[in-house]
This record gives sequence, structure tokens and C-alpha cells, in this order.
Amino acid sequence: MPTIFIPAPLRELTGGLSHLDVPGKTFGEVLSELDRHYPGVKARLVRGDELIPGFQVSVNDVLTKQGLRAKLEPTSEVHILPVIAGG
Amino acid sequence: MSETKDLYLGKTSYSVVGKRPIRHDGADKVTGKAIYTGDINLPNMAHARMIRSPHPHAKIKSIDASAALKLPGVLAVVTSADFPDLKDKMANMGEAGMVNLHDLAANCLAHGKVLYKGHAVAAVAALSPHIADEAMRLIKVDYEVLPSVAWVLDSMQAGAPILHDALRTDEMGKKSDQPTNTAAHLQFVKGDIKTGFAEADAVVEREFRTATVHQGYIEPHLCVVSWNEDQRLKVWTATQGSFNCRLQVCELLQIPTAQCVVVPCEIGGGFGGKITVYLEPVAALLSKKCGRPVKLAMQRDEVFQGTGPTPGSYMKVKIGAKKDGTITAGEAYLVYETGAFPGGMVGPGSMCVFSCYEFPHAKVDGYDVLCNKPKVQAYRAPGATQAAFACEQVIDELAVKLGICPLEFRLKNAAKEGTRRVDGPVYPRVGFIECLQAAKNSEHWKSPLTGKYRGRGIAGGFWFNIGGASSCSASVNDDGSVNLIEGSTDIGGSRTSIAMQLAETIGITAEDVKPQVGDTDSVGFTFLTGGSRVTFATGLAAYTLGLDLEQQMKQRAATLWECDTAEVSVKNGVYSQNGTSATFKELAKLIADKSLAPVVGKASVAPECSTNGFAVHIADVEVDPETGKVTVLRYTAIQDAGKAVHPSYVEGQMQGGAVQGIGWALNEEYFFDDKNAMRNASFLDYRMPTALDVPMIETIIVEVPNPGHPFGVRGVGEPPIVPPPATIANAIQRATGLRMTDLPINPPKLWKAMAGK
Repeated sequence: MPTIFIPAPLRELTGGLSHLDVPGKTFGEVLSELDRHYPGVKARLVRGDELIPGFQVSVNDVLTKQGLRAKLEPTSEVHILPVIAGG
Repeated sequence: MSETKDLYLGKTSYSVVGKRPIRHDGADKVTGKAIYTGDINLPNMAHARMIRSPHPHAKIKSIDASAALKLPGVLAVVTSADFPDLKDKMANMGEAGMVNLHDLAANCLAHGKVLYKGHAVAAVAALSPHIADEAMRLIKVDYEVLPSVAWVLDSMQAGAPILHDALRTDEMGKKSDQPTNTAAHLQFVKGDIKTGFAEADAVVEREFRTATVHQGYIEPHLCVVSWNEDQRLKVWTATQGSFNCRLQVCELLQIPTAQCVVVPCEIGGGFGGKITVYLEPVAALLSKKCGRPVKLAMQRDEVFQGTGPTPGSYMKVKIGAKKDGTITAGEAYLVYETGAFPGGMVGPGSMCVFSCYEFPHAKVDGYDVLCNKPKVQAYRAPGATQAAFACEQVIDELAVKLGICPLEFRLKNAAKEGTRRVDGPVYPRVGFIECLQAAKNSEHWKSPLTGKYRGRGIAGGFWFNIGGASSCSASVNDDGSVNLIEGSTDIGGSRTSIAMQLAETIGITAEDVKPQVGDTDSVGFTFLTGGSRVTFATGLAAYTLGLDLEQQMKQRAATLWECDTAEVSVKNGVYSQNGTSATFKELAKLIADKSLAPVVGKASVAPECSTNGFAVHIADVEVDPETGKVTVLRYTAIQDAGKAVHPSYVEGQMQGGAVQGIGWALNEEYFFDDKNAMRNASFLDYRMPTALDVPMIETIIVEVPNPGHPFGVRGVGEPPIVPPPATIANAIQRATGLRMTDLPINPPKLWKAMAGK
């Protein structure tokens, strides 16, 4: 199942765990499942049906703009990172 | 599944890519025929000026424009009251994410409070620039001056003047409960730094400060805007992204997208500073009020004081390593200015600070802190140059402490395919080791450097290089030439690099492609020219477009030769079927002669991968002990371009980035007086390097193909600005024995340090 890396500021909600294997076919599904076990994680990361402003999802090494809709495979590795663009 | 697709074709020889054709826009530019926004003059056009705050922080008690409006020739005055109510509105600005429209509008025209000297307060349109000048002096603004703060560490202190009463520190969705100037705190943790530092035989920790610096583009911001009677809005402007400009203008004015067209003119530099709008919505409001097209242009001092510089910073970096040079742990504390509004560059800075090396254990804390300076904006690899200035000096000092060659120390710890960055993701194939090896094998590195007060420095740097949406279309003419329309505004010669990729794909010459940048009504959405994305992403669109054209040409050939399309083969631009063949040009003529359907192709792409650019720079310097002046004797920039589509342009980017970075290192800074007002808002006093200040920047292009592009292209525009300040500082250390940790390392600062004062 996909591995989600817990951002350091949210590890207080996951008992200090830095990454977890969580079932789900999209990042949104994974996040909901994660929130079931560690309440409060989703509230920190989601506004309405979007990721909080200023952050994006990285699936493996790809910075996707799909947010909660980002599709995941069982081998996917998910990170939540600040938005980057460039100059 | 969001995976990096392996698109690389694995070719080793090309007909067009890698050559150096004359740029398509060259003749117009060297003969003065290229059309810049300043060249746009429309019938009945009005001229406008902005009224700006003399104070870094003040409440606007009232604005009285009555005297100005009575001046003959004055047509209209606008203030923030003319903007729609944007309170609490957020807009999705694509790659930049969600943007607070109220802040964006308040940066164009102050809403109730000015937050930096030069903050625009009102604008006036008149029949001539001279009348507008006179009118702006007649507009009376009554201010209540407030205490101000211009240095991030002061701004973080309890009791500091608060810029926005409602601001709370955001810690990934958790808000603090007290008013503050610290907009955000980010944190990345990998492993356990206690364990890592316990394993270290040597540890170096230092504090660093960098100055606020400006992109310094030669063309000031300006625009011409016409709000027509039918409510359509037309904007001519110098922008890094016509579609991003349209999005901002429409959101700020709350008008539909279909109502606005943005025409990108030739642009005199941007470097990240021409993405955010400052003038366009204001000129639109003036145009609507006075019923004429309006030209609104900044003077140079307005550019310095009213537009986004890159953040000044305070940083503390600590790195530990074993005796054999293996890095065991790193810790970074980064505080970046964000200027007058939240949303700065500490995110990418925090992601980049340790990105060149393997760190088994690391912790990075990043803080975005407001102060009474212009809102910061992107500037080539935003946030990364500051971070590299700190990290690369600590790396250098650690190597010296352990008695290891600094280049070998870097090679031992260099990030490579499979390295997990401190912020989490794992690198695919990257070329940092190859850049270091190229440096090691360079004539520069091998050459001796002798003489008192002379030293050689080396440093590395990384920038992500993004992807993003790009579109283009093309039509094949009867002579076999191809008209290409692309959506990327051309700042660094991208028209040619995109045309070359199309030409390579369909087997014609670069000169046979006629590229032009379309306006927002004539080409599909294309994300901005920034993030070193255009030659990669729009190039990928051009390649995809080429495949579309090729397929259509095959279909037409099949019609002509009365066979199935599948029977037509194509190699190097020659179409063949059962002994009959025609070149691309011959086939184009046959299609026209036989009145077949014209060949018109299109493509749009949205690659999401980073192309991961690495650079290594080497500098030789000489320090004058009498004055503290640093002379750069020799400078070499090495960079992985993936595949250099037009090597001259790649070299130009490497040289330009290096020179800008040398400016950061030695001279450039916003100088503030004791009232927190900028005092050097001109090119005379804001000292950027000229051709007389730097040697010829030598370049070595390394090519480790990017698996995410058919020709292996990586972005190249941003990585070369990352290493220079650290490279120069490391060279100065060798020349003087002094570790200079505050930018810029200008003559007075270095002289004082050398004199022990």
C-alpha cells in the first residue's frame, strides 16, 4: 500500500511516526484513512476539498498539482511539500 | 499513477538540437525593430503615474485628489477604493497555489495602510506624462506614521511593530494565537540529528546574513491597457507569463477571463520579478474611468522601491562529518524576509539547503517573516542562493577542518540517483557527481594559483526546475516552412530553442521554423516563463506538436500516393512509400499544389516532474588589503543541462546567473537608513556588476540526460545563480583566512575584517 511521509509539524499527531503505509487509491483516500487512525491530520492539511494553500503533493519524485485527487499505486511514496515555482 | 515517464529517446546525434543557429528574434532586436511595451502608442492614449508612500509604515488617514483633478489635462485618479471588495478572497494561481487577492490588490494600491517606502497609494492619468507628473504632486495624502521594522530578527521579537493585526503564524494548518510578523514556520526532519551529530568527528556551525537584492532587469515595469466600451480589456505588457497576468488581472478586477486579452511584448529581463502584477489592474481602472487607453510606466526608483526584491535572510547552519569525510548530520535554521505581505521563499530555501548532499540525519526549520520592505518576489532559484551561501561555506570549512580537499569532500557526499532529500523525495538520475568530476578535470581547477591575497573557491548548487502546462500550434506553409505559435513569453531566447526542438522532430532546419509568441486569445494556456521550465516543458509541447504534424503529413502523403497511411514511413524528414519519396518541403508543396487539407497541428502538455539542475562553480579572487576590494580573476561555471538544445543560450544563462550571483556576493544590497527607508534606489548607488567588473565567465556544459524529456533536456536558467556567493566567499577565505558570513562582502566590510576592526 502507499507510503505517506508525515510532515514533521504533524508528527505530534502520529505519535512521532515519520511515515506510514496507508491503503487508498488517491491521496484523498489515504488522508481520510490516516485521519481515522490519527484524528486531526486531515484538518491540518485540507481546506474544503483542497490541500491547504502553499502546499502540494509529491508522489514519488513528481510534484503533482492534483492534490487530494492524486492517483496512487501500492508502491507510491507521498510527501506534502511547499509549493515551488521559480524565477 | 503520477510517475516520471521515461520519455528519453536515447539519441546520441541530432541534426538541429545542439547546434547554434542565429536566434529568430536577433535581427529585430539588434536593429531596434523589436516591439517592447514602451513602443506601444495608441490613439488618444493617456499617461499615468503612481503616487507612492514616503514612509515605510503608516496609516492612510485621507487622500485628497481634488486639486489634481482640477488641473487641466488630468483625466482620472484611482485609489484602493476603486478595486472590487476582495476581502478574504483566494484565487488559484496555478503553480503558485492559492493567492490572497486582498494582499495582491493591496500591494498594487495600499488599502488603508502603507507597508514600505514606495508602496503605491494612488494613480493619476492625464493627457501627457508631464501633466501626470504635475498632478501626482497635487494629490495630498495624510499619513499617521507608525513604527517600522526592516530586519527579520527584529521583526520576530516581542513588541516589534506589527504589520497586519490579523496575521498569525501558520505551522502547516495550525495557527498561533497572538498577532505576529512570522507568517509561517516550516520544518523538515530526516532521521535523528542527535544520533547524527554524536557520530561526527568534526562539527562546524556558523551564522550567516544575506542582503535584500533586486533582480535588476533593465526594462522597468510598464503596461498599456485599454478598457473598451464593450467592457473588453486589452493589456500590452512586459510579463513573464501572459496567462498568469490575465488570471491576476481578471481576479483582481473580478471580470470574466473571456473579457481580457493579454498581449506579451518583448521583455527586457525578468528573472522572476515580472510574474506578479503591479500596474496592469491600476491602469485598467484608470482606463475604465477616463475612457482612453492608458500607459503606466515605472521609473527606476519605483522599480527598486515598489517591486519585489529577493529576501534578505538570517541563517544558522551546522554540519557534522566523520574523519573520512562522510557527512553524518545537518541542522539549519533559516529566517527569510517576506516583505510587506505573507508568502515568501523560505519553503524552497528550506528544501534546497541540504539538497546537494547525502544527509542521513538532518533538521531544517524555516521561518517566513514580514518586515517593512517591498513584498519579496521570485528571483532565479528563489531562496536557494541564500541557503547555498550558508551550507556551502560550512561544507567548505568542514572539509578544511578534516584536512580533505573541498572538491573531494563534495564528491564523497554528493547527491545522486537514489539519494533521499531532507524534505523527502528521492532523486531520479541527476548529474551533480558529473558536474563535480567536470570541475575536477577542468583546466581551471588543475591550474596553479599563486600570490599573496589570492584564493580559489568552489561551491555547488541545486534548483528543482519545474514542469507545468504549455501549448503550441503550427501550420505548414507551401514552401515547407512552418509557422509556430507558442504561449511562452520569450526572455532568454526560448523561441529559438522551442523552434529547434520542433525542427528536430519533423526533420527540417531551425531557420525553416518561424516562431512567434501568441497572445492569450491565440494560443492555449501556457504557464509562466519561470522555474527554468520553458525549454523543457514548451519544448516537450513542440516535440509533441512535431509528432502531430508528422502524422498529418503521412496522411496527406498517403492520399497523394494512394496508399494507406501505415504504408508511409518517415526518416530524417523524408517521407517514403514503395519507392516513392518526398522531403518535408517537397511534400508541403505537393499538398498545396493538389489543394489537400492544410497541415495544422497543435499540442498541449503538463509535465509534473522536476528536471533537477545541479551546478558547480570555481572562482579565483584577489583581495586588495588596502581597500578590501575583491577582484575576480577567473571564474568557471559548470552545469548539467541534460541536453543543451542551443549551447550558446545555455552558456549565456550560466554566465548571466554567475554574474548576478557575483553581484550578490560583492556589492548588491538594499541600503536602509535609520528610518527604514531605502536610500540607494538607482543603478548608480545600487551597484550591479558590469562587464568591467568580471572576467570572461568560462563555461562547461555537462549533459546527463533527463529521463523525462525526449531529448533529455533539463532547465538551465536558475541553477547558475545558486553557487556564486558561496564560491566567492570560499575563495576570499583562501585569500585572507577570513570566513565572511554577511553579504555583500563589500570593500568596507572586508577591509574592516582584515584590519581586525
